[in-house]
Order: sequence, then structure tokens, then C-alpha cells
Amino acid sequence: MIVTRRETLTGRVLLVLLMVLTVLPFVSLFVTALHPSGTYPDGLSWPSSPQWGNFVDAFQAANMERLLLSSALIVLGVVPVSIVFGTMAGFAFGHLRMPGHRLGFLVFVLGLTLPFEGLITPLYYQVRDMGLLNTRWAIILPLIGLFMPFSVLWMRAHFVTMPDELSEAARIDGANTWQLFWRVHVPLARPALTSLGILLFLWTWNQFLLAIVLVDDPAKRTMAGALGAFQGQWGTDIPLLCAGSLLILTPTLAIFLIFQRRFVAALLQGSLKG
Amino acid sequence: MAGPLAATAEPATERGRRRRRPRSAWLGWLFALPAVVVYLTFVIRPLLLTVQYSFYDWNGIGAATWIGLDNYVRLFTDSELSATILHAFELILFFSFVPVLLGLAVAATIRQIAQSRLALVARTVLFLPQVIPLVAAGIMWTWLLSTTGLVNQLLSAIGLGSLTRAWLGDFDTALPAVGVIGAWVQIGLCTLLLLAGMSKIDNSLYEAARLDGAGPLREFRSITLPGLRQEIGVCVTVTVISALASFDIIYVSTQGGPGNATMVPGLEIYYLAFAEREVGMASALAVALTVLVLLCVLPIQRLTRDGTR
Repeated sequence: MIVTRRETLTGRVLLVLLMVLTVLPFVSLFVTALHPSGTYPDGLSWPSSPQWGNFVDAFQAANMERLLLSSALIVLGVVPVSIVFGTMAGFAFGHLRMPGHRLGFLVFVLGLTLPFEGLITPLYYQVRDMGLLNTRWAIILPLIGLFMPFSVLWMRAHFVTMPDELSEAARIDGANTWQLFWRVHVPLARPALTSLGILLFLWTWNQFLLAIVLVDDPAKRTMAGALGAFQGQWGTDIPLLCAGSLLILTPTLAIFLIFQRRFVAALLQGSLKG
Repeated sequence: MAGPLAATAEPATERGRRRRRPRSAWLGWLFALPAVVVYLTFVIRPLLLTVQYSFYDWNGIGAATWIGLDNYVRLFTDSELSATILHAFELILFFSFVPVLLGLAVAATIRQIAQSRLALVARTVLFLPQVIPLVAAGIMWTWLLSTTGLVNQLLSAIGLGSLTRAWLGDFDTALPAVGVIGAWVQIGLCTLLLLAGMSKIDNSLYEAARLDGAGPLREFRSITLPGLRQEIGVCVTVTVISALASFDIIYVSTQGGPGNATMVPGLEIYYLAFAEREVGMASALAVALTVLVLLCVLPIQRLTRDGTR
């Protein structure tokens, strides 16, 4: 390929610049977190005596272990159910193609771009009438519904590509539709399922609006919702706020760095299909 | 299409013989049922209720009064409310245009080194803003844009100390400052999406262009841009939705202030419904926001999907 050296050099410089721009806010957050609590440090300055204890204080102030547990419970409530329901419906719309499947799918597609703010008011009264306000169910149940358009769309896109011959062969071997689904199609759908799981995990963990509207107690919210409350409470103590924010970010960042390839692939595909 | 499915293991019953499609053709709906139920309960029902509420004057507790289109009339005549929609459009500039244009420029420049180790590291790094909660991005940038924050520190360092200010607290700069936060969140995603799209373009096209003596700009206009239609469409769709429906970032960074300088529909709905107890008005704004998103997204989808697949 004909590529001039000047071009690759510009590319490298630009890429590094963009990365610095992305990372700098995190660095600023980190060094600020090390300043004595209650001070107003400069944006980017290494403290004379780093206060590592700030992280311990923030851990206690934010009630981190309860937050982690709460977010984990909500994720466990949302993600597996969404995956199972979404996969079953995706299989129906993409592979079984029952009468009316086009219309049914179209109704799901409609829900894809609805902003959550447009639904939050009636959701509040609905959840209240169900007696679930201020419980984790108030976040879990609506989220399953709200994620359904994407889950169905995502899994349908996978099942559409599966050849009909595969099912025919299984049917000849005597499998009914239920067995066909669980024994043949679900195992083959594993890559699509993993990506869906990653995206749903991320969106649940980071869900903010539902958490602040439907649950008052920060200890029953998602990580993002708890972070909002933490800011409200400690917003004036900048180093402590920075330390707390970093702590709340750590679990997501850790999981992201461990599964980075899958994450990046899932996010790229996710936005392409969404 | 339903041919092979008709051949189920079930023995042919009286009914099965009578109709071309046996009962089991409808079995698919049984599979879709759980999804349909949760979707109807938690999306379609609230959606219809929002529309219903929007025709009433209701404080959320007492009796509701039917007032027809009054809420919608107020939406267009009350300058405070219509301003929120204008703000949302202004945010599109930052959340959408800036990241897509910059993303295009960066992706086109780094296309040749897309396989290098640096680019692999960049894939991870540039995704960080997408992985963290928007609330965290908001908190981070509130600090960066504050009086003693990094932005002012850098400005002073390069001799522009006269420009320093509390960016999020100033009537003139608050909305653009919020926009910068959104741009920071979106630019990595846009760059990587566009880069992935570029890697799908046939390399021989570029080779041919080079042999014909085309410069990088010409190459970009004639090969890269047309080949990226779908990816650009995706970037624009995702970012426009994030601008119109923005909530998290503004909630933590400015709460809509100073004054109403950064008030957006999402936040206004939240305040109206849960602080001022004007459920009807909040719902009318919610309907307007939903329609607005659809009106913006559908043409983009049309424009970019046609002919590509």
C-alpha cells in the first residue's frame, strides 16, 4: 500500500492526543482524590503528602459494600430474565416466523428509540400502585420491559441468519420446538448472548433516571443512582467526592478491562444494530 | 417460509389435515409471550398513559381535570418550556455534530495505522467514557470545569488567564460547557465506529486512487465518505438521541441552571412531575420529546439505510 510516512505520523500524533483527552479527566479525578479532604486543590497537582486514607473514608461514607451488593442484585434481577425473554422472542420472530410475526416485531422496533423520560411519570404511578416503590423491584421490573425492544431485536438479528435446514434436521431427529430451541439454537447463539449480556449489564449498572425516581434509599439503587446521592451529600468536599466517584467507577472499569475485547466488540455491534 | 415448520413431530390430527397451517404455526407466539407481556406492561402501557395524562390537569394526588390541548398550548407559548426544546437542539451541535465530524477526521487520519499496537490500545482507552455512568462523567467534568479546575489551570498556563471562569455557572457558557461533556462521552464511540466502517472499505479502491494521484482529501471525499453512509447514520442516530434525551449529565452538573440556562426536556419533565406536581404538563412535554426523537431519528434512518443493504 502506498502510504506516506508523514501521514502515519500525523495519525499517531492525533490518536495520542485523543487518548490524552480521554484519560486526562480520570487522572485529574485521581490526583484530586489524594489531596487532604476539605481542601480546594488545583485541577492537576500532585499533593505534597498523598492522602490514601481518602479512599478508605469514601468507602465508608459511600457504604460501598452495600452499594455493590445492591447493584449486583439488580443486575442479577434484570440481565438473566431479559436475556431469556429476549432470546425466546427473538427466536420466534427470527426463526419460527409465526403468522403476524412482522407486525409483532415492528411493535418492538417502535420501542427502541423511546426516551425513558417519556415513560417515567406513568411508570412511577404504576410501580407505586404495585406497592414496589423504594424496593429493588421498582428498578428491576421496568428495566426488563424497557430493555426488551433491544434484546428482541438483537437476538432476532442472530436467529435470522440461522439456516432452516438446521431445524429441519433436528425435527427429523424427533425434537419438538422447545427442545429445538434449548438444545440446538441456544448453544449456537452463545456469542450473541454474551454480547447482549455485557450490554445489558452495563446499561443496568449505569441506569440513573429510574434509580433516582423510583427508589429513595441510595443503598437500594444502582451504582449510578448511588453516585448521584453521594454527590448530593459530599458535593462540597472535592477530594472526598473524587475518591468516592473513583471507587464507584472501579468495579465497572475492572470488569471492562478484564473483558475489554468482548466489551468493545459488543458496544460497536450494539450501536450498529441499535 | 413456514413450510419446514409445519412438519412437526406431532402426528397429523383432524385439525391439522383441515388447514394448511397446523396449530403449531402459532406456537411462536408462545415463545414471544413473556417478552410481549413485559413490553406491554412497562413500555406500551406507560406510553399510552403519558398521552392520556397530557390532556389533564393533575397534581398526582387529587382528581384530574380534562383540559384538552391546554398543556400543549402552554408548551408552545410558555417561553420557559419551549426554551428547553431549543436547548436540546443546541446540545445536538455538541453531542452529535462535533463528535461525528471530529470522529470522521480522526478516523480518516488514523486509517492506515488501524492495525498498529497503538490503535489497539486506543480501542480500549477511547471506550472508557462509554463504559462509565454518565453521572460519573458529569461529576468528573463539573470538577474539571470549576473555578480551580483543570480547564482554567490550562488556560492560565498558556496565557489565556483572562478567559477563566466558572464555566458551568456562567449564563453564557453553561450550555456549551455541558455540551463539551457530551462531546467527550461520544467522540470515542464515533471514532471507533467510523474506523470499523472504514476497515470494511475495499483497500484496492484506495490503491487505485493513489495511483491516479488523489490526495488524502480527495480520497476522503470520493471513497471514505460514501462507504461510511451506514456508520455515519448510526453515529448520528445514537448521538442525536443522547442529546435530545439528555438527563444524567445535566442533573449532576448544573441541575438546569444557572437560571434555566441548561434546562432540557428530560430534566424539566422530572421537575414538573416529581417536584412541582404538574403531571399533565410533564406528560405533554414527554409526548413532545418522544415525537421529537422519532421525527429526528426516522429521516436519518431513511437517508442512511437506503441502498446500503
